[in-house]
Amino acid sequence: MIVAALSAGPSFPLVPNVLLLLPLMVALVVLIGSRLTRKADGFFQLLSVGSAAVCFIASCILLGVSREQAPVDMFPFLVIDEGKTLNIWIAAILDRQSAGMMFIVTLIGLLVQVFSLAYMKDDDAKPRYFGALSLFMFSMTGIVLAENLVMMFIFWELVGLSSYLLIGHWFQKPAAADASKKAFITNRIGDFGFMIGILLLFGANHGNVSFIDLQESVSEGTLKVLAQTQPWFMTAAVLCLFMGAVGKSAQLPLHVWLPDAMEGPTPVSALIHAATMVAAGVYMMVRISFLVATTHTAAMWIAGVGGVTALMAALMATQQNDIKRILAYSTLSQLGYMVMAVGLVAMGGHGHGEVAEGHPAMFHLYTHAFFKALLFLGSGAVIYACHHEQDIWKMGGLSQHMKGTTVTFAIGTAALMGVPWITSGFYSKEGILIVAWNECKVLFTIGAVTAALTAFYMTRLFVVAFLGKPRSDNAKHAMDVGFLMMLPLLVLAALSLVSGFPMVADGLKAMMPKGHHAGGTAVLAISLVALIVGVGLGWVLYKGKDKDPLKISLFANKFYIDEIYAVLVKVFQDGLAWVVTGLERLVADGIVARLPTMLATWVGARARALQGGHLQSYTLLLGAGLLLAIYLIVFVLPGAAGVGH
Amino acid sequence: MSSLEIIILLPLLAALAVGLGAPARATSLTAALVNLVWVIALAVKYQPGEMGELAYVHKRIILENPALALGVGADGVSLIMALLTVVVTVAAIWQTVDKPAMYYVASLLISAGALGAFLSTDLFFIYAFHELALIPTFLMIALHGRAEKEKRLAVAWKTTIYLGAGSLVLLAGLAWLVLEYSQAGKMEFDLTALRAMAQNSPISADKQAWIYLVLLIGFGTLVSLFPFHSWAAPAYATAPTPVAMLHAGVLKKFGLYGLLRIALPLLPQGALTPWIMKLLLAALLGNILVIGLVTINQKRLDDMLANSSVMHMGYIFLGLAAGTEIALKGSVLLMFGHGISIALLFALCGRMRNQLGTLEMDRLGGLGSHAPLLMLVFGFGAFASIGLPGLANFAGEIMVFLGSFANGNEWTTFHVAQGLTPLHWTVVAALWGVVISAVYMLRAFRKIFQGSANSGLFMSDPSSSQSVPLVGMAAVLLVVGCAPSLLLSLMNGPLAVVAAAVAR
Repeated sequence: MIVAALSAGPSFPLVPNVLLLLPLMVALVVLIGSRLTRKADGFFQLLSVGSAAVCFIASCILLGVSREQAPVDMFPFLVIDEGKTLNIWIAAILDRQSAGMMFIVTLIGLLVQVFSLAYMKDDDAKPRYFGALSLFMFSMTGIVLAENLVMMFIFWELVGLSSYLLIGHWFQKPAAADASKKAFITNRIGDFGFMIGILLLFGANHGNVSFIDLQESVSEGTLKVLAQTQPWFMTAAVLCLFMGAVGKSAQLPLHVWLPDAMEGPTPVSALIHAATMVAAGVYMMVRISFLVATTHTAAMWIAGVGGVTALMAALMATQQNDIKRILAYSTLSQLGYMVMAVGLVAMGGHGHGEVAEGHPAMFHLYTHAFFKALLFLGSGAVIYACHHEQDIWKMGGLSQHMKGTTVTFAIGTAALMGVPWITSGFYSKEGILIVAWNECKVLFTIGAVTAALTAFYMTRLFVVAFLGKPRSDNAKHAMDVGFLMMLPLLVLAALSLVSGFPMVADGLKAMMPKGHHAGGTAVLAISLVALIVGVGLGWVLYKGKDKDPLKISLFANKFYIDEIYAVLVKVFQDGLAWVVTGLERLVADGIVARLPTMLATWVGARARALQGGHLQSYTLLLGAGLLLAIYLIVFVLPGAAGVGH
Repeated sequence: MSSLEIIILLPLLAALAVGLGAPARATSLTAALVNLVWVIALAVKYQPGEMGELAYVHKRIILENPALALGVGADGVSLIMALLTVVVTVAAIWQTVDKPAMYYVASLLISAGALGAFLSTDLFFIYAFHELALIPTFLMIALHGRAEKEKRLAVAWKTTIYLGAGSLVLLAGLAWLVLEYSQAGKMEFDLTALRAMAQNSPISADKQAWIYLVLLIGFGTLVSLFPFHSWAAPAYATAPTPVAMLHAGVLKKFGLYGLLRIALPLLPQGALTPWIMKLLLAALLGNILVIGLVTINQKRLDDMLANSSVMHMGYIFLGLAAGTEIALKGSVLLMFGHGISIALLFALCGRMRNQLGTLEMDRLGGLGSHAPLLMLVFGFGAFASIGLPGLANFAGEIMVFLGSFANGNEWTTFHVAQGLTPLHWTVVAALWGVVISAVYMLRAFRKIFQGSANSGLFMSDPSSSQSVPLVGMAAVLLVVGCAPSLLLSLMNGPLAVVAAAVAR
């Protein structure tokens, strides 16, 4: 009844407004209120969790919307001449993609907030934490509902801010403070390209950057002509926009911030740096997939970047020892899959909409969100139980005392590896591999190798941390977590299993790719082999080991990319800044200022001789100047003008 | 008397009263608050006219020929500048405590001069009011500057000479302009009349270009346009806090205001002359990229803020260079946003200097643990400068960028087949400055507020009374950032006319 009334009647715009504004209001109330009173921490937490619950219900209502809605205008942000000159609105686009994504964001947001109630209960700055979480929900909702590129950019940046605040929640810790700064600046580099892309399309499409109008223009308008006559332009614009996604979704070469972001509280890693925010790049690329489809070159680059990221991140993951970092590199690798899928689908010439409402990247984003949030929250439970121990080699035997956590973590692991038929990860990974098989065999090979590596490093993680004997006191005394932390794990475990089934996926608007594709059987066989090889190798190598039998320093040191960047920053930023400062002093003060300075010394000497005191000389000089000006203008100029005529 | 005249006169009278021995803080603060309320009321009441007519006009004839008159009047742009002035004035005076009366007198005089310059409609008085505001600036740097006597005198001299030279060049340019437009020996100083002449009988494009160049150098020096910028950083780093707030926040915008109000409408063809455009683009890139890198290299907070303020002028110049309606309105928004954010940062910087005794960023750290409010408001100022959406500067910046790619004139209109124009390439390069800003602002934030504190260098949050101006400015940044239409709606008429003049 309520669903029908809300979704059919004129009150429908209420839903997007609630989704967007409620978290903002709560963030403001919590952040400001907690400054005014120090005694209401519990109230602020409940307010934050309560609003997350309301948002979840609202997004469920959104799922019930069957037909496409016209965008809902909410707020004129930059409007000149009633939109004739400039027309940038905060408006909500309501379609399959945004409804499905909203469900993921609000559900995981709610679960993470519930989990945080227990995980953060000893923290000194709880209101700041929950306020920032609400701010994140606001920003992420803005990205999902964004109706135009500028609005998406606005919330894109705000998501960056909330990520900065949450990574740096324990800002007294130097590592956390450095990580938050690194995340923001690295994302800014991506946004540099994103903004150029927006400007190019803004210029070419006569100031109209709403997604619906851009799509129209691509199918029947300016951009269609451009794609035919000036193919370089579409390639450039798409690659620039893609640069934003490279930053946000942590693709090579801008991936370095994501592993460091693990310095933030673990529930934050689950929500922001695994399930939702980092997927925003993929979400954006799917949103503009009709643009990507116009340019084969850009599509190839995108698929290539995704493939390389998937492979390299998986290699790095095999040699990490910190439980959160292993999961972080696996997130990179999975995001690589999604980005690769975006490129591959576009290489096949499909904009989103032509592939029967499905998109393998969005589908993998959806299943990945559940099982990766599950794995991160599970690792949070482990870390909590082990008194903030994160090194898997100091864990071991956790399955003995942490039954619930172990079972749910095993389910998450199985979904990430893509255990066939019973886990959601299997269906979405197959979707990507099938497109790869049909479009590009090289990328398919990379995808299959990555799948094997994934099975390998997840087996390693599970065997070392959960099986065998405890290798430290912390691990020996670990107890399973309480109900508040277990509940989210159970919900996510259930979804990790069932969310790939077509019925569930359809109901949740998951954009599961439909239709029959060639090569299904071959792909299935190869991915089964990859899974068996990966799990088998991991089991044989790590069963019962107390230290890592493999030592591959290239992988353990993440291909030395962080070190290379540190040098580049030293040379090309700080070094250049130092040189430029020297030159600037030389030019600005040495040449431009030489004459005035000489004049100054000369005048100064005269003034001293006249007055002896400096105060008087300044005043005199300026007063005289003003008088001279008045004299010139009032008496000399008229004469000069008269002479002129 | 008209309201605008009273707004200009009120700080002058208050300064006089303080000079004569009235209680300094109470008198100045009252005057500043009255002005604040009054200007807000005028802005709320203001209805923009279709053709950019001025409101609240009043004119006192002083001389028939040359037609010199103390004329006042306001449109959306001057109201926004007046709003900026009164907000920063209240904050600057409010945060001044336990200081000699001269601090208050100087703040009031600068405020009066700025208001006069923004609200006058007569070229001569626009110029004279600005000079009036400069004098206390120099004096305060020389007498109360934050450095050894030798150094602050040197800085005061450098500032005086640079700004004096800039003002002279400007004066020459204005005189030339007036002479070119004078007819039959009648000198016209009234802006509205001059604008009508520029529309009906424009002077030749060649002359426009040269006059525009002279004005650009004159106004540019006042705004620290590269390479005439080297006075600005030492001046702001040395100036007493209220002076730094008022000059960097408000008075420096006079040069930009002048270009927008005088040079662009009267010399539209000059502004579009290719070689001048290219010179300006190169200069503003100097501001953004060269000074941006210089800012990264700074070790002290005050030097860093001072240089960042020079750098951000580049974006406002970019908007003026593009000259489309969107870009010009963006420039005005950016002037407002930058004015508030830099005043806020200088206020905090002054506080920290007082309590800590040093601004060496490598020696500071972990201040956020003991001063969370300070960290919060500094964050507002820093993220506003970085151009974070939701804070005032972003709305201006993105309008400048979008305006540079909007249909308008030959430089902005985007023809894919012809590739990017030099203006477009400049925007692309200027966008890298957004990354540079993030680097130096977040580095400073990291070094000062995060991490662990160094021994002996602690500071506490300001008292609730002293928090008012800081929180107030942060709130203004937030409100304008979330609803830029509050200010945009004031500019419905005026800039469209300028943009049309430039586009012709």
